[in-house]
Amino acid sequence: MSTLPLPHPVLASLEGAIEFIFTPQSSNVTGGKKVGGIDQVVELTLNQIELSLLALLLSLLVALPIGLYLGHRGIGELFATAIANAGRAVPELALIAFMATAIGVGVLNLTIALAVLGVPPILANTFVGINQVDRASVEAARGIGMTEFEILRKVEIPLAIPTIFTGIRGASIAIVATATIAPLAGVLTLGDFIINQNVYGDSGVLAGAIMVSLLALVFEFSLAGVQHLLTSKGLKLRSA
Amino acid sequence: MTSPALLAAVGEVGKGFVQERSSDTLPCQATDKLFCPDWAWEHLDRYGTPTVQHLELVVISVLLGFAVAFGLALLAHRRRWLQTPLLGVTGILFTIPSIAFFFLLLPITGRVRHTAIIALAIYTLQIIYRNTMTGLANVPESVKDAARGMGMTDRQILWQVELRLATPEIFAGLQIATVSTVAIATLAVFAGGGGLGKPLYEHISFGTNIVLSGGIAILMAIAFGVLLFGLQRRLTPWRRGATTI
Repeated sequence: MSTLPLPHPVLASLEGAIEFIFTPQSSNVTGGKKVGGIDQVVELTLNQIELSLLALLLSLLVALPIGLYLGHRGIGELFATAIANAGRAVPELALIAFMATAIGVGVLNLTIALAVLGVPPILANTFVGINQVDRASVEAARGIGMTEFEILRKVEIPLAIPTIFTGIRGASIAIVATATIAPLAGVLTLGDFIINQNVYGDSGVLAGAIMVSLLALVFEFSLAGVQHLLTSKGLKLRSA
Repeated sequence: MTSPALLAAVGEVGKGFVQERSSDTLPCQATDKLFCPDWAWEHLDRYGTPTVQHLELVVISVLLGFAVAFGLALLAHRRRWLQTPLLGVTGILFTIPSIAFFFLLLPITGRVRHTAIIALAIYTLQIIYRNTMTGLANVPESVKDAARGMGMTDRQILWQVELRLATPEIFAGLQIATVSTVAIATLAVFAGGGGLGKPLYEHISFGTNIVLSGGIAILMAIAFGVLLFGLQRRLTPWRRGATTI
């Protein structure tokens, strides 16, 4: 076993983290009140899922219609590019701190702050996805008498699904990641384990990091599943 | 509640960081103002060290990420069967939030700047790898045929034809990765990595401080974006006039 590159303390801290997830531990600062354990882990996980889903939903409600409209009309390319670039430049920590200071703490404000991160990738990718649909396909659809709305729904959106979902998955990654620092704005998520090391100890921090990583992967794989379900049969055949 | 360990980690900035220098002015922190220009102007120099640290974090981690991702892309270009697994692995690494990554690495690397740099570098892998692969895939087969016809070896074709034609995509990846890293590096404070996240996190409810730290980070991101765009235009003079996203 001595050839194993993993030093023993790493395994020990991993063991501590797993123990923290399943059984409550004593803490130095809570006056005998136990912290961690499966109940608290589940509660904070659900909080983070709720906050992330709300923010993702809000981003979709804002970004999808604008992206679809601009993409269908083929206008506002510069706007879509600019908003995508601007979105990447926003520092998450400053955004959360600013929203908390400027408009106050709470779930609603945080949902808005997180949606600010989700809108740019969804809007830009929806625009690009719809806009790059072959003009010949659109003309053919128009030729057989489809209305503009039908063209969008039956031709452009199905063809743009992969690109649109690249945006949605990017938004989801940013939102779940930033929901981790939500405790700074008064909403307890799994990030509480990470940020408040003095309460939860090193095991709590590692447990939080593990749970956050798993949650992010679950979001990513679920969205990949939804994308697969929404991809039309014809397109699946083509790529197979 | 802020942990003592974290405060120790961010200790360089110290408790007096946002305190007033001139005692005769109304303390900015005591007011409800989101931004006090006077305070900002008077104390701007305090953001010098965090800005330089931030710059170092970004440059080192992006260079590291680029070296690894570019190497992986060249490898996958030669050995096609590696393409899908590499895309999957870098994708999973990209999905894990960087703040979680810091603390997953911490038991292995310890609370040092390396932890932040490794996590930030890993975050850039997917973006740079995917863009390099796209760029190489977009090179027309006819161009490669022509190069082959001129008697070029595979190695010559790669370095003198394919990579040059892929430059716009590679630079687009580098630009996206750098701009994102500037933003995400504000979280490096949690791993003891310093940077602009340090003043930001230590006085997280002081509006002027938030605007200053966040503002410097945004300006840095824009500067990198413009710099890389200019560099790409210089390296691909034949594309001048063509639009790129």
